Amino acid sequence: MQEHISLLLVVIPLITALIVAVLPRGILPWASTLVATFICVVLASMQLWEVINGGVISYELGGWKPPWGIEYRIDTLNAFVALIVSGIAAITLPYALLSAEKEIPPHQIPLFYSAFLLCFTGLLGITQTGDIFNVFVFLEISSLSSYVLISLGSKRQALTSSYQYLIMGTLGATFFLIGVGFIYSQTGTLNMADLARILPEVTELKTIHTGFAFILIGLALKLALFPLHLWLPNAYTYAPSVITVFLSATATKVAVYVVIRILFYVMPSGFMATIPIGDFFVLLGIAGIIIMSVYAIYQSNVKRLLAYSSVAQIGYMVLGIGLASTAGVTATIIHLFNHALMKGALFMAVGAIIYRIGSCRMDNIHGLGRQMPWTFGAIVIGGLSLIGVPGTAGFISKWYLVLAAIEQSAWISVAAILTGSLLAVIYVGRLIEALYFKPATESQQNLKEAPILLLAPTWVLVFANIYFGLDTELTVGVSEQAAQALKAIVK
Amino acid sequence: MSAETLMLTTMLLPLAGVIGIISARNNPNVREGITLLTSVIVAFLVLTIANRFLNGEEFSLTIAEPLPGIAIAFRIESLGVLFSLVAGLLWVVTSIYAIGYMRGHHEKNQTRFYAAFAVAISCTLGIAYADNLFTLFLFYEFLTLSTYPLVTHSGTDKAKHAGRTYLGILLGTSIGFFLLGILITWYVAGTVTFQENGILSGKLDPAWAGILYALFLFGIGKAAVMPFHRWLPAAMVAPTPVSALLHAVAVVKAGVFTLLKVTIYIFGSDFILANDVTGGLVWVAAITILVASMIAMTKDNLKARLAYSTISQLSYIVLGTMLATKSSLIGSAIHIVMHAFSKITLFFAAGAILVVTHKKLVSELDGLGRAMPVTFGAFLIGTLSIIGLPPFGGMWSKWYLGLGTIESGNLLLLGVLMLSSLLNIAYLMPIPIRAFFGKPAGGIAHTHINEAPKTILLAMIITSVMCIVLFFYSNHFYQLANLAIGNN
Repeated sequence: MQEHISLLLVVIPLITALIVAVLPRGILPWASTLVATFICVVLASMQLWEVINGGVISYELGGWKPPWGIEYRIDTLNAFVALIVSGIAAITLPYALLSAEKEIPPHQIPLFYSAFLLCFTGLLGITQTGDIFNVFVFLEISSLSSYVLISLGSKRQALTSSYQYLIMGTLGATFFLIGVGFIYSQTGTLNMADLARILPEVTELKTIHTGFAFILIGLALKLALFPLHLWLPNAYTYAPSVITVFLSATATKVAVYVVIRILFYVMPSGFMATIPIGDFFVLLGIAGIIIMSVYAIYQSNVKRLLAYSSVAQIGYMVLGIGLASTAGVTATIIHLFNHALMKGALFMAVGAIIYRIGSCRMDNIHGLGRQMPWTFGAIVIGGLSLIGVPGTAGFISKWYLVLAAIEQSAWISVAAILTGSLLAVIYVGRLIEALYFKPATESQQNLKEAPILLLAPTWVLVFANIYFGLDTELTVGVSEQAAQALKAIVK
Repeated sequence: MSAETLMLTTMLLPLAGVIGIISARNNPNVREGITLLTSVIVAFLVLTIANRFLNGEEFSLTIAEPLPGIAIAFRIESLGVLFSLVAGLLWVVTSIYAIGYMRGHHEKNQTRFYAAFAVAISCTLGIAYADNLFTLFLFYEFLTLSTYPLVTHSGTDKAKHAGRTYLGILLGTSIGFFLLGILITWYVAGTVTFQENGILSGKLDPAWAGILYALFLFGIGKAAVMPFHRWLPAAMVAPTPVSALLHAVAVVKAGVFTLLKVTIYIFGSDFILANDVTGGLVWVAAITILVASMIAMTKDNLKARLAYSTISQLSYIVLGTMLATKSSLIGSAIHIVMHAFSKITLFFAAGAILVVTHKKLVSELDGLGRAMPVTFGAFLIGTLSIIGLPPFGGMWSKWYLGLGTIESGNLLLLGVLMLSSLLNIAYLMPIPIRAFFGKPAGGIAHTHINEAPKTILLAMIITSVMCIVLFFYSNHFYQLANLAIGNN
């Protein structure tokens, strides 16, 4: 079984998705999904362990030799991302039981979990595969299922935001596919390791340049890179709470992973120096951090506020990629993990508020911090981590990112990162002020704390935020190893 | 107790107190009893540590190492002992005072008040004992966050607005400048651990040293150097015990203490003197001293006047720190102590006046001295000590600071100190004078006004007596300051 782990990680959720779709209503669909995700976490941990100690795993699908067959190729980087995805899924599911019950009509519950598993399959598939066309396939699986999941939101706007995402997402996927086609036409291969071997001979060709341009823009749409982020705030705001938690912590992260894979693994080393792509990413990263953080300050809906903050956080990750150094990419990988922890915790806490009062508008949450102290505590600690206060995971990300920028004397980037933290102080402060310092309305005086089934997963993530702020052996160690393994980083 | 346990207990005890305070929330007497008991034990532990430290014992402890080479670690050195003594001892007095004040003034949410107060003390001790910049920064930020609920205590719009200014400036400067300074230090020196003679010498290009120092000077917003001083007057909306202990002692002194640590143990005074790192920056402190004194003169609100006086006095310490000569560093360290005792006395008196008469303005105090002789007597002693007259403790710190300016050969700065002393007289002396000799408005004597509650009086008497005692027995503090600059 050991050697089949990488395949099982994709097959198990895929098969469970089919089974769950035909299960009767009730607790069964949820329970099966829960079991499947927990198995995946165990498998992903084993896989990471194996890669760290034993080196790259190559798995040939159906016994076909690469580059003709599809190869699953696992190194530290994608094993780590797979662990993030499955870990978040496993923490989200206990939370999903009550939250989904409240927000989704009962007859759609089995389909909901089925779509969730398909999305999960797609995201894991992207991390596992070593074939660029296969990346496209899994990207589409995860995207199509997330359109469905978002449209299940209880407000009518969920439909339009899902449609908006559908259009933008399809554009992105099409761009990606066109780019893959261009590159295939010149190299005759789709296997990423094989591409990395062949590409240095053909880098001069304009077709290759054009192909990469299409691929990167397609991915930029998927990862909601400013200014191609327009689908994200609506999608996160109107999706069911569970889905917001899951997507915010995983979907954009996986897209960032693909960018790293393409830029620093598939592209030949030195190629990045010939095109201004690094500066381009730094510029968009800085703009995203500042502009989106300012947007976040002016939001009147908590989920939308956090969504804009997410776009800003993507700016940090892209900035790290744009620095194109080992330190920068390390910082990005660390932030992939840490941001999943903080946004997961925050969206879960907001979901708990929605569970109690059915809304998350700033005007409706006045004084709730006193009635729901545990939920409030989670928001405070998650918020501190988002700001990057020392002792939290967020600080570790900022620390590495700023050091990476100082290393290259990129003082404007340094200023942007620190300004981003200051802007986070303002929007987190607004949230806390509304929750704690404004008086509660009459009808909300006697609100009860959220049920334990919602609080427990939230606090698991909250503790993770503190734990990974104090013990960074896993995050920093693995990220450094992953970045060093990317051979195309020259700096 | 072993050194490690003793140190850890001292820092964690206030947090244990918080649990006690919260669980006794329905019984005010028990709750205040716990606060008082905790503060007394902490004071005792702080004294024990000081004593064992002076006998040559080493205290060091590493809790965790979040990043390779950067640990959450504590090590006690003489400046930390000095600062922890001030904070620990004055917490006892303030606890006594707070009981009378909070009850006399009928404040709400008293449990939250006592709990947040204890957390703030724990953070202060963390700052005092920190072994590296990272640990210090950690507790520096926690201190800001834990004092935020105290500033916004009353929950009014004005308090919330002040809370925003408070958090905005303190977090803003610390993330924007202080953290950046730490990161650059780490990048240049490869360590952020405090070491004798500093860690930057030979590693940092002297041309950049001034810029890095400026990042620390303005980044440590708690030192309230202009133009980042606005948070301190804003914080005066807090209940008076908070203004007294936190915004005249613990929080602001944490700022200047951090700057002292950075100067002595990160830059090293030799490095600063050799490269004239702070040549231009001293004038920032000089201007703050004078401008803040002048603003203080225009303030009619008593607590606002005291706040600007604090800003001015803090810059004495900042100035002495930046001059980095032996005498000026000793003067700065001692001024942490002397100013703490005198200013807390002034705030105690201001709070007493507020509780008894509900008067906040200086112009309303005419003739009150005869009704409240102890309060205004204490105020007078605090004033004289701040001005720096013998036989009050405040004289010694001014003495060494003055010597420091002469040592550095900058007589213009000596002039600034002298002028500032005159300004101190101009804005503080009128208050007791009006109270004792002024005629009440409308000619009605304050016959219906009595002295403040007993606990308030007790606290004021203790601190004002200390102002005098420190004139005669300042030797221990001198010894500690001397150790910090490398003399034995």
